[in-house]
Amino acid sequence: MIASYASPAERVWYYAFRIICALVLVFLMLPILVIAPLSFNSDSFLLYPMSGFSLRWYDEFLTSPAWRQAFMNSCIVSPFATLLAMVLGTPAAVGLTRIDFPGKALLTSILISPMVVPVVIVGVATYLVFAPIGLSGSYVGLILVHAALGVPFVVTTVSATLQGFDFNLVRAAASLGANPLTTFFRVTLPLVAPGVISGGLFAFGTSFDEVVVTLFLAGPEQTTLPRQMFAGIRENISPTIAAVATILTILSTLMLITLEWLRRRSERMRGVAH
Amino acid sequence: MEKDNVMSSLTATILTEMHTENSASLKDQLRRAERMKKLRYGALILPLALFLLLTFVWPIAALLKRSVDNPEIVGAFPVTSSLLHNWNGKALPDEATFVAFADELGKTKGTPPLAAAAKRLNMEQPGFRSVMMHSARAMPPETGTSPKDALIAADSRWGEIATWQFLARNASPYTARYLLASVDRKYDEQGNIVAADEDEAIYVDVLVRTFEMSFVVTVCCLLLGFPLAYMMASQPPKIANVIMIFVLLPFWTSILVRVAAWIVLLQSQGLVNQALMAMGIIHEPLQLVFNRVGVYIAMVHILLPFMILPLYSVMKGISPTYVRAAQSLGCPPLRSFWKVYFPQALPGVGAGGLLVFILCMGYYITPALLGSPKEQMASYFVAFYTNQTINWGMAAALSAILFVATLVLYMVYSKLVGSPDVASKAR
Repeated sequence: MIASYASPAERVWYYAFRIICALVLVFLMLPILVIAPLSFNSDSFLLYPMSGFSLRWYDEFLTSPAWRQAFMNSCIVSPFATLLAMVLGTPAAVGLTRIDFPGKALLTSILISPMVVPVVIVGVATYLVFAPIGLSGSYVGLILVHAALGVPFVVTTVSATLQGFDFNLVRAAASLGANPLTTFFRVTLPLVAPGVISGGLFAFGTSFDEVVVTLFLAGPEQTTLPRQMFAGIRENISPTIAAVATILTILSTLMLITLEWLRRRSERMRGVAH
Repeated sequence: MEKDNVMSSLTATILTEMHTENSASLKDQLRRAERMKKLRYGALILPLALFLLLTFVWPIAALLKRSVDNPEIVGAFPVTSSLLHNWNGKALPDEATFVAFADELGKTKGTPPLAAAAKRLNMEQPGFRSVMMHSARAMPPETGTSPKDALIAADSRWGEIATWQFLARNASPYTARYLLASVDRKYDEQGNIVAADEDEAIYVDVLVRTFEMSFVVTVCCLLLGFPLAYMMASQPPKIANVIMIFVLLPFWTSILVRVAAWIVLLQSQGLVNQALMAMGIIHEPLQLVFNRVGVYIAMVHILLPFMILPLYSVMKGISPTYVRAAQSLGCPPLRSFWKVYFPQALPGVGAGGLLVFILCMGYYITPALLGSPKEQMASYFVAFYTNQTINWGMAAALSAILFVATLVLYMVYSKLVGSPDVASKAR
């Protein structure tokens, strides 16, 4: 809304500012919008204009043993890593919000640090330590490190949810005669669940997109989807990459929608609580 | 949750009985209950702490220790090393040292420890590998010859004090040579720290480049992110939420997808070049990828949401009344923005800027896929020394520098904003 008394300079700035913002948004969205159509291109160049419509690159993704293997591996590693991160991260977040002790700030920083330490360092370090004990080139090793990388997201989201958690609700439930178990499942869990699930989605997203640690730690049998894409982009970027990219983008859109839905849901429930 | 009940009823009891005689024992009870609570909740944190200790903290500590480790000489010649440790360095070592060295050289002949030690010494003094190898071949000495004579016969250098000083210098279990090498320094033959040879002095450049590129990316992110965050904060929540989706969708899209997309967009026949040529701005396609430009574009794209999210969350809390007040008091728009609005947004700028800078310093795949060798940052060389040449010392030393830089900035960040809460903001 521009005021009717605005000076010409203000008007120019108003529109210039809008255009700058629009350009930034275009910059953000352009890569995602550009790559999807090319996955349906009938010839093998990633160039516009497209020569025709074809599903052959999706067919290639689904039938090529290398891509299938990579996809299967991602479907093994990421869910387990996510589960582990959630199982370890959720109780820790509860503990961290409920008690105070000397060194808590330091411990929290350490628990969060996998988010900021350069992944190359994590990859090389875990390879150095895991290789002698037979954990490099194994699913277990990869799952453990992916879980470590995902844990900070679970801890921060669950902590944030617990910050707004009104423990009087629990007392109210108990005073109305609910036993602790009922209270937990009927009152606490529904309120905290969005945080746990969002944290889990972040952990899953991290693992499902992780390539650097995988480069160091995974053997040929553990090649994941991002690892395969990395090799593909480095050697010869083909429309199969565009097809995989489109599938991954759809997946991340679904995750984003789920997160947004969870956020709104938890806001609504908080609204009831207050 | 039950504990809360117990706690509150306990507190109530204490409040009513505070002044009675047994208040001391109630205090004890309260303290005990507090301690139990701490123990129980502490037990919830413990599994994660242990897990990260084993999968994250310990490996990194082990890697950092590698940057000062010097196991080769001590490993191959333990007795000689300990004898050389007590040697005064003024005259040739005593007969016992020669005996021990000849013995250990003979024992390790043809084994990996000798090869490792020879390789390690060769790093310091090119050509020393062959000295070690042919000396070892002459061992053990023929009966009747003393080990000292046999060694000097095998290579006259064993008769020189400098050779033994050189060996002694490297016969310590720890060395600073890798850390020195990663800042383009080395030990000369007398053990002084001097500038490294020109063909090996590349790491200061690499580190400067890492900081320089991170800085440019951070500034670009700020220049693009600030207006958008400002715009979002000034819109009603409904519109802001829609714009937020445009920010979050790329944030959630796989980094490899975005790198691939930028290659497609920026290649010589890509859309960007086509568009620029169609508009008549250029006549020849520009080289936009596999150079610095491409790396900057993709990295700014990847890291921009990390700038926008903290900026937006700070700007959302800034009341527009201050700027309005300034303007109604006669302050011109630009000045009131700079003097009134910007200082209030500064925490967001600091948080976003530090976060982008920290993340950028550690980037590996984007420069690896989109850059030429001139765009490779410290991470690339860590990976290079691990995969290509298997030089753990150098990989660890460069990691250590990168790690310390990250740690320092992370500590500044923690002081400024607490924990990096991108996750909860991005929800």
